[in-house]
This record gives sequence, C-alpha cells and structure tokens, in this order.
Amino acid sequence: MPQLVLLWTDRLIFLLLGAVIAFAVYALRHEHLRAPWRQVRRRRLAMAALVVLLVYVGAGLLDSVHMRLRLANEGGQNVQYAAEIVSALDLIGKPLVSRSEVSFSAPFATHAFVKEVARQPDGRTIMEYSRLRYAGAHLQDPEQRAGDIIGRVLKGGVVGALIWALLVAAVVLLARRGDQRLAYVAKRIIYGQGETPWRTILLTAGAVFVLVGLVTNLATHYHVLGTDQVGQDVLWRSVKSIRTGLIVGTLTTLVMLPFAVVLGIMAGYFRGWVDDVIQYTYTTLSAIPSVLLIAAAILSLHVYIATHEEAFPTVVERADLRLLFLCLILGVTSWTGLCRLLRGETLKLREQDYIQAATALGVRHAQIMMRHILPNLMHLVLITVVLDFSLLVLFEAVLSYVGVGVDPSTDSWGNMINSARLEMAREPIVWWSLTSAFVFMFGLVLAANLFADAVRDAFDPRLRK
Amino acid sequence: MIAYIVRRILYVIPIVIGVNLLTFTLFFFVNTPDDVARLQLGVKRVTPEAIEKWKIDHGYDKPLLYNADATGAAQLTDTIFFKHSVRLFLFDFGQADDGRDISQDIGERMWPSLAIALPTLLIGVLVNITFAMLLAFFRGMYLDTWGVVLCVIMMSISLLFYIIGGQYLVGKLLRLVPISGYDTSWHAIKFVILPVIIGVVYGIGAGTRLYRTFFLEEINKDYVRTGRAKGLSELRVLFQHVLKNAMIPILTGVVAVIPLLFIGSLIMESFFGIPGLGSYTIDAIRHQDFSIVRAMVFLGVVLYIIGLLLTDISYTLVDPRVRLN
Repeated sequence: MPQLVLLWTDRLIFLLLGAVIAFAVYALRHEHLRAPWRQVRRRRLAMAALVVLLVYVGAGLLDSVHMRLRLANEGGQNVQYAAEIVSALDLIGKPLVSRSEVSFSAPFATHAFVKEVARQPDGRTIMEYSRLRYAGAHLQDPEQRAGDIIGRVLKGGVVGALIWALLVAAVVLLARRGDQRLAYVAKRIIYGQGETPWRTILLTAGAVFVLVGLVTNLATHYHVLGTDQVGQDVLWRSVKSIRTGLIVGTLTTLVMLPFAVVLGIMAGYFRGWVDDVIQYTYTTLSAIPSVLLIAAAILSLHVYIATHEEAFPTVVERADLRLLFLCLILGVTSWTGLCRLLRGETLKLREQDYIQAATALGVRHAQIMMRHILPNLMHLVLITVVLDFSLLVLFEAVLSYVGVGVDPSTDSWGNMINSARLEMAREPIVWWSLTSAFVFMFGLVLAANLFADAVRDAFDPRLRK
Repeated sequence: MIAYIVRRILYVIPIVIGVNLLTFTLFFFVNTPDDVARLQLGVKRVTPEAIEKWKIDHGYDKPLLYNADATGAAQLTDTIFFKHSVRLFLFDFGQADDGRDISQDIGERMWPSLAIALPTLLIGVLVNITFAMLLAFFRGMYLDTWGVVLCVIMMSISLLFYIIGGQYLVGKLLRLVPISGYDTSWHAIKFVILPVIIGVVYGIGAGTRLYRTFFLEEINKDYVRTGRAKGLSELRVLFQHVLKNAMIPILTGVVAVIPLLFIGSLIMESFFGIPGLGSYTIDAIRHQDFSIVRAMVFLGVVLYIIGLLLTDISYTLVDPRVRLN
C-alpha cells in the first residue's frame, strides 16, 4: 500500500466535497429546495454543462489524492516510501509524465520543432530536426504517420463509444419506472420526452467519452498537443492544471463564506455599533484595488518564505501552502460584495412579521439568525458562489501573469500562458501551449457560466416566473 | 447636500488610516525591517552595519507602532508607521527603492493610462448600450437567446486570450498597428488603437448582458405599457422612455469607475508597453518595491472613495426621487 499524504488543499477539497454531498442529501429531503433544482434539471444547456463540469471535477478529485509510493525493498523489514509526492492522476497518466522530449515539438509531430546538434557516424556534427524520443517512435517510417493516427483515432473512438453504450444501457435501465417496456423508455429518451433532458446529457457524455477514448489512445504514442520548452507533454500539463483551477474557484468561496455570512447577518440584524464596525471593515477592504492587495500579501509571503526556508521541507508542500494562501487572500478580497448584499437583505428580513413574532416570543438572537434569517438568504449565497467560480478561475490566470499567482512549480493555466507568452514571438510561432491552456480554461469557465446561469434563474425569486 | 458631502469626506479619513494600517501590518509583521533591508541589499551575506545604515537611510530604524523610549505624543509619532503614513496623507510618496521620486513618476505616468482607459470606457459603454438595446428590442426571439449565449461565451474567454489573439491578428498578421509601445503627443494614437479595441471587445460580453437586464427591467414597467397603449411605436418607446430610465443604473455605474481610470489597467498596459500607472505597479510588484505598491494602494483607495461619492451625487442629479441625508 502506498502511504497517503494529505496536503492542506486536499483536506479542504474533501471537506468541501463532503459539504456538497450533505447539502445535496438535505436538499433532496426538502421540497422547497428540490423545486428550484428540478427547474435547473429541466434546462438542457445547464445539464450539458454539468456533464462537462463533472468531467473536470473528476480529474481534479483524482489529482487531489496524494500519496508516496512504496519503494521496492528486498527482504528488508523497514518499509521505505519515495520522497516524491504523486497523485492518483499521476499514476493513471504515468506514460505521459515520464515521456518528456528535449524541447518543443508540434502536436502529432515525429520530429523536433527546433534544430539540434546531431553527431554523424563519421564524426561531423550537423544541425537537424532529430526524431522525437517517444512520439511516433514506434513508426519505422514517419510517412506512415497519417495512417497510424487514423487507425488509432478509430480504435480509441470505438472503445469510447462502447463504454458510452454501456452508460446508455444503464441509464435506460435506471430510468424505467414500474413495468414500463425498455423500448418505450428508450424511445422517450431518443425523442427528448420526460422531465430530465436525458438525450442531451447522454449526447454530451457520448462526445466526452469518444473524445477521451481517442485522445488516450493517441496520447500513448504521440504528443497530442505537442510539448513545451522543456519537452513536457502539453496535454498532460493542461490536465494537471485542472486541479489548480478548481481549487482557486472553490476553496476561495469556502474561505470567504463564513465571514460574509456571519458578519453580513450580524450587521443587518443587530444594527447600531456592530453594523458600523462591520461596514467599516468591508468598506476598508473593498476600497483597496484587489490586485494590489493580493500583490502586497503575496509579496509579503514571498519574503517570508525566502527568510524561513526551513519551514517548508518539500517543493510540493511549499507550492501547496502558496496555493492555499492565494485562496485565503482572494477570499479576503472577495467576501465584501456578498457581505454587503446579505446585510441589506437581513435589514429587510428583520422587519418581517415572523421575525418580530420570534423576538416577542423570546427566541434567542442566535436562534433567530440561524433558523429564520439564514435559510432565507441561502439562495443569495448559492447564486454568488456559482457566479464567482468562473470569475475566480479566470482571475487566477491574470494573477499568475502579474507574478502574484500560484507557485511557479504548480501546474496552472495561468503559469502555462505566462511561460508560453514569449513563444508567440518565435518564428515559426509556437501556438500549442497557449492554445491548449486557453481551450481547457474556456471549457471549464463556459460550463460553469452556463450552469451558474441556470442556478441563478432557478433560485432568484425576482426571476422566477 | 453640502453637509452630506463633507460628512462623506470626513468618513474617508478612518478608512484611509485603516488601509494604511492593513498594508503596513501585512508587510512589517511578516517581515521585520531587517528582512526588508537584507532583501533590498540583495546579497545573502550582508554585514549588520550595512543593514543598520540602510535602515537609517530609509527611515526604518524606529520602532514599528509604539515607541516606548519617547515621551508624550512622540510615543506614537516617532515610529515607522507614523512617519511613513503621514507623508502619504500629504500625497508625498517618498522615493522608490531605485531613488526616483514616486509622486513625480505618478504625475507623469497618469496620462498614458488615461489615454487608454478613457476611450475604452466611453466606446465600450456606447457599444454595450447599442447591443443591449438590440437584444432588448428582439427580446424572447432567437436573436436575443443566441445573443445572450454569445455574451456568455465571450465572458468565458480569458482577457489574456483577447490580448494575445488581438496582438497576433492585428499586429502581426495584418500589420495594421504596432504591437506595443508608446509615443509622445499625437503620435501615440497608433499605439492606443489596439488596446482600446481589445478592451472594448473584452467588455462586450459582461456589459451587454448587464445592460440588457437593465433594459428588460424597465421594459415591463407600467409607464412603458402606457406609452405603447397610446400608440407609440416600439422603437419610439425604446429610445424615448426605456433608454432614458435605463441610463440611470448605467451612468451611475460608469461614474463610479471614472476616478479609477487614472490607475489604468495593470494587464493591458504591461502587455502593450504603455508607460502608465498600471505597468508602473506591475513593475513594482515584480521588483518587490513596497513603497510604490503602498503609494498605489493609497491612491487607489482615495480614487475609489471619490468614485463612491460621485455615484451618490450623480444619483441625485439624474433621479430626483433620491435624497441624500
């Protein structure tokens, strides 16, 4: 058994996962919460977006299970573990991690992108585009490449489609109610009838499965998205960046929520000097341009790490703490908006008859806030969380560009863009790292935006029809 | 009204003090002045004398917040915090680590920032209003539905993509304008065009969607229905009644950001090599020059609060129902 390692961000991610599951179970049992979610479920675009989001989340979660592998030991009693921390995703993608080239190579290339010094048999050295070490190395003759790629695409696509077919069958079986005939259930799905848009969900899932199938089949023998300056597979870096994006988008909200909710409700409920202090606090914080506050905080952290190197034994742990700190400071800059919103809403709510009645009956303040005010604010909290997610993912890239984002050793789209920026000036241009970082980020953000829209429409009482 | 403005301006003082205290704490409680000196002197092994000299030269040789050796008011005033903050209040930002005068730099760099940010804002608002009205006119139809989806797609693209893509397309492939740089006087215009276009295009997604909701909110109100009932054409209703009322939230939103235009856009300026305040800040962040960062934080806060004040005042100007008290 490998030794499991829990990084700080992992703990919080799993805490968050637990909270989401608990909320889902709670929402399932309460009709007033189920109704808006049913409305979300009816939106075809939102459900397609959800499928894509789940794929991202799956990759991110796999990448959050960290461990130290057991070293092979011959007969010794002491079990030794490797110093290097790897994630479950690294184990799955092992063929991709270990196959790095010398430098740039274009997608599906068999030869390097830049000329290298090569030694001829007669001792002379010439500059040539040498064959890549791994990509297309199985081909005798690079001319066979096109045929080989088509074959692999077909094979991978068929495998993906077969797995998808199993999923479809499972859905048909599960969607059957009572003694309905299976053909009837299938027909309803094909014609897009019924409340849940299964047709859309299954088609999106089908596209994802086929894509993943053919890409994995290709990725073992080619660099599907090329390699970067140090020869790392770009596809792999983009996949590894998913976790960073998700963490910045979710943990930040997790950090900010308690502040925003507790302080916002307290300010609106108690008014008077409590309100003054809280208002002063959030006005002060929101007055500072957020990039500058983040920059100042991260700068301080840089200096702190530089002067206290002994506190951070491994690169992974240091990078992880930096990521966590970034989430913290992003949370500090972003809670003010929600806090202001909740304060205003609480001010209105506390004048409601049922709150007055509770006060008259002698219910304690804490109880009134917990039982009567908080549930009536949850929709605002939820809407803010889902809308902020995509903004934060985009913001991470900008911060990495400014140089105050995640640790340079962490894989993130921002870091990829930052390092690929200068490659645009090369002639011929190296476009693939930049493009794949943007495409991966775009996929996540678009899916999150579409889903967030549906959630907002369903939960915002002003928009409810 | 005057009393209100005076009160708001007085309210600024505790906020600015709070911000100063916050940035000060962030910097000095994590890193002692000794750390700062060591970092600025740049070498691993520095003699204690050199550190002391640097601290005295840069005014870091006093206690941080409370001077126990002094007497009376000097206990609070003879400290690093007091000395460094009071100067900020007088807009005297002191010297950067490379010895340049920060106030003078800011005065010079403000104009290029404004040259980019102001046209971006004005053209952006006009373009967004146009698109938003178009969508509102065709509300509920395919054009509207797909327009909104297009807005969401445009919102989902990173600003960095717009910049890099725009530079590549317009600057490198079409060779219409230089990719980056800046020039004095009117020659600067060829450098300004591309950042402005990219800034406007980037803002279309979020802006159009937001303004569309403003229009739709107005379009369902009673006075609009009355207008239609008395036989006004839909276009006339839209331009004469809806537009005027939807302009209230749009204008007040714009007024709030006008002061912040002076600071410029960090990202745009550093990509396009504009010598404005945005790239100034980025350079300061990259060189870990805390005096500049702190000066910019201070400036940003003051401008933000001016923006809030302007918003309140503009509300009373455009909407007579609002009374400030």
